[in-house]
Amino acid sequence: MINEIIANYKTVTPADVKVWYEVANVSEFPKNGGVALSYKGLQIAIFNFSRRDEWYATQNLCPHKKQMILSRGMIGSEGEEPKVACPFHKKTFSLKSGKNLNGSECDLATYPVKVDDGMVYVGFSE
Amino acid sequence: MKVVVVGNGMVGYKFCEKLRKKATKEQIEVVVYGDESLPAYDRVHLSEYFSDQNSDKLLMAARDWYQSNDINLKVGELVTAIDRENQQITTHKGNTESYDYLVLATGSSAMVPPIKGVEKKGVYVYRKIEDLDQIIDFGKKVKRAAVLGGGLLGLEAAKALMDMGLETQVVEFASRLMPRQLDDTGAELLKSKIESLGIEVLLNKNTKEIDGNGKLNRLVFADDTELQTDMLVISCGIVSRDELADNAGLEKGPRGGYKVNSKMLTNDPKIFAIGEAANYNGMVYGLVAPGYEMADTVISQLLEEETTLFEGADMSTKLKLIGVDVGSFGDALGTTPNSIPISYEDRNTGTYKRVNLSPDGKKLLGGILVGDAEDYNILHQFALNGMALPPNPEDLILGARDGGSDLGGIGALPATSQICSCENVTKGDIEEAVKSQGLENIGQVKTCTKAGTGCGACTPMVTDILNETLKSMGKSVRKVLCEHFDYTRQELFDLVKVSGIQDYERFLDEHGVGDGCEVCKPAMASIFASVYNDLITKQDTIQDTNDRFLANIQRGGSYSVIPRIPGGEITPEKLIVIGEVAKEFELYTKITGGQRIDLLGAKLEDLPDIWEKLINAGFESGHAYGKALRTVKSCVGSTWCRYGLHDSVSFAIEVEDRYKGLRAPHKLKSAVSGCRRECAEAQSKDFGIIATEAGWNLYVCGNGGANPAHAQLLAGDIDSETCIKYIDRFLMFYIKTAEPLNRTSVWFSKLEGGMDYLRSVIVEDSLGIAEQLELEMQKLIEVYKCEWTEVVNNPELRKKFTHFINEKAGDPTLKFDKMRGQKIPTAWG
Repeated sequence: MINEIIANYKTVTPADVKVWYEVANVSEFPKNGGVALSYKGLQIAIFNFSRRDEWYATQNLCPHKKQMILSRGMIGSEGEEPKVACPFHKKTFSLKSGKNLNGSECDLATYPVKVDDGMVYVGFSE
Repeated sequence: MKVVVVGNGMVGYKFCEKLRKKATKEQIEVVVYGDESLPAYDRVHLSEYFSDQNSDKLLMAARDWYQSNDINLKVGELVTAIDRENQQITTHKGNTESYDYLVLATGSSAMVPPIKGVEKKGVYVYRKIEDLDQIIDFGKKVKRAAVLGGGLLGLEAAKALMDMGLETQVVEFASRLMPRQLDDTGAELLKSKIESLGIEVLLNKNTKEIDGNGKLNRLVFADDTELQTDMLVISCGIVSRDELADNAGLEKGPRGGYKVNSKMLTNDPKIFAIGEAANYNGMVYGLVAPGYEMADTVISQLLEEETTLFEGADMSTKLKLIGVDVGSFGDALGTTPNSIPISYEDRNTGTYKRVNLSPDGKKLLGGILVGDAEDYNILHQFALNGMALPPNPEDLILGARDGGSDLGGIGALPATSQICSCENVTKGDIEEAVKSQGLENIGQVKTCTKAGTGCGACTPMVTDILNETLKSMGKSVRKVLCEHFDYTRQELFDLVKVSGIQDYERFLDEHGVGDGCEVCKPAMASIFASVYNDLITKQDTIQDTNDRFLANIQRGGSYSVIPRIPGGEITPEKLIVIGEVAKEFELYTKITGGQRIDLLGAKLEDLPDIWEKLINAGFESGHAYGKALRTVKSCVGSTWCRYGLHDSVSFAIEVEDRYKGLRAPHKLKSAVSGCRRECAEAQSKDFGIIATEAGWNLYVCGNGGANPAHAQLLAGDIDSETCIKYIDRFLMFYIKTAEPLNRTSVWFSKLEGGMDYLRSVIVEDSLGIAEQLELEMQKLIEVYKCEWTEVVNNPELRKKFTHFINEKAGDPTLKFDKMRGQKIPTAWG
């Protein structure tokens, strides 16, 4: 059952986007932190990396213990790579590629984010 | 040149690894035959297979290693004949392979004594993974098992059988366990430890017959006694696998093994033998380290380098056997004529140490350590290097007394001393690598020198050598926080104070690089809190999730709530409120170890409502989620207890109220006991107070948990006011100087000068900082506010406690089951 849930999360590239879902105004997001979005049964973590003026979105599910939790993780950088650390066991993932930086877990699915006129949008392929 | 290796065990593999480092495929072609289906695995740690049956974890190298290193490995193929004239071998499949040089690394098999009935069902040897598979399968069907042989492997096997839940006996022919490594006293001590685990040990038992109808059901001994059992695991030593010798006309050593000279050559100049298959000077070496040395000897000849001759090896060994440290080195049993033994036995702690000195008393020949083998490495070095002994040689095992010098530590060792015997790495090798390659941490040293990558026992010594070398190069060994801050926590603490910066991002801009991470963010948050004690909710995204949401995250993503119950004292009215809140929000309730009540399973979005009710009833945050003061436990004290000397409850409440909300490098726990019966367990706390006739005794730096430590007396018979004053100073000193996430006990263990130093700082004010520490503490206490009260009364902060940004509903994946009438989170995937 967990495997079915994981299978629903697939990286969406900017070229794949068919729907730009309007999430909320920029002011609703914590600075340098994440929130969770509910979209068609999916849980997406959206990160406002205000220090770098960058936005990222990944699956909210941590592949390690399969918990819907990454939006509550701390973000930061490893070298140049922006990353998020899962609050449970501090597994870290690249926000750009979703790649697991500890080399022990599956990678995350990532989603495009755009900010237009103060509103934040996440891109989905359906 | 083409080399064929017969045997893919630990030594056979190591031969390939070492050879490929020096010679490419073009220089030397390597073909390896292994008769087991698995590639080489780590037999030293075979018993670990019992716990998870994962053979991949034991592999010396992954299967694809061989291919990527151009080693042609053929597993499951047994070499059956050598044709020396035509220089080729034949396998059981009828395949032939020619060679320029042949390396026999066929290892050994378990020695099976010729006892009547040894073929019966239920009788196994302990050698290969296949053996273990059979033992595990059969063990599931029976209740009792015996091990024949009380040596190293036999005892390990016994432990594994016991762990399988079997009633286990060890049967030994000799009059003591590990007869080759231990003397009577050492073996007796080991025996009593093993027996205390529930493993029965039978000594002086010559097994005459294994009896049973098809399957064994008893062992019959020569003294006509017998042992009922369902399974027998034989571990009576090894015999070299030298089956190829006779037909090929290769000479064998006494009691087996291909006879070799110091070049590891057999009587055929094209055929080498190494590892347990080789017999050098009448001896087969049943350890991996000598086998690896033999591999080096052969490789140096193949490459026509200067040949390091093999001239025998040290059979010293140190291991943790069934939870008991055992070390045996050099001439352990004192067989050198006129050698002088010195021994020390402490049955109270279960420790036995023995060293054997040369007849002139000037050199260490060998020794035995049971129960406490901490000094094994250094003593072993004394013996190996013939180092000069301390003026009183008994200091070797008793330690220096009366302020005398210790053993001189790692600095006293010569550069030639071998530190890692598995990989043959000397102290000089490590120093050289650190200096020439600029290594700075133990991981790099392991990668570059291989030291500590075998059995791992030398890792503490390697670390010491690394640190000493770095020091000698003028590099301070600094524990900087992470890649974003090139400072220690103590330096950052001072920087925060001096700069007056309270904002993480600004501090990072001015004193750090990059964008921060999950290490420096909470560490800096803790420092800000320890300096200013401002509300942590103001910078919520640099906090760990527990501090960000002011509750402890639990499996499944729900949170727990612990209101403060100072000193563990609570009125019935407040108890009822907790019960009502738990019922209303469907929370699991449990009494904590710190005399509080934990309410678990709270949904993120319910937290503010839960706390609103608790705060209205007079509760405040318990800071169970923070690296902060947790609880001050107390016994009932003199108000009720007939033994109590002072009112421990009132004092505990006073102390808890004083330091509540205080943030520190790690959590802080305390307790107050009303008399020396110590019902509050104050001596296991970061700071603990015990009533005496004349006042209070203050103990510090104790710990329960993973590494229990007894708190030590800081000051005795002091009044309440002095006690508080000392705690102020002590806590502030710890907060300012400790590394992140070091409890007081860990911090104390690194404090040079120990308790004498700490006492001089806190009680005698030797640094002249006592007043400052007290003032800093006073400031933190004055600005304390309950974080939850702030959140409950602030709609903006309350809004942060939602799971989704776009929906009111909570996390739909939160799932709970029932257990004993309460909810529990569904097990995680």
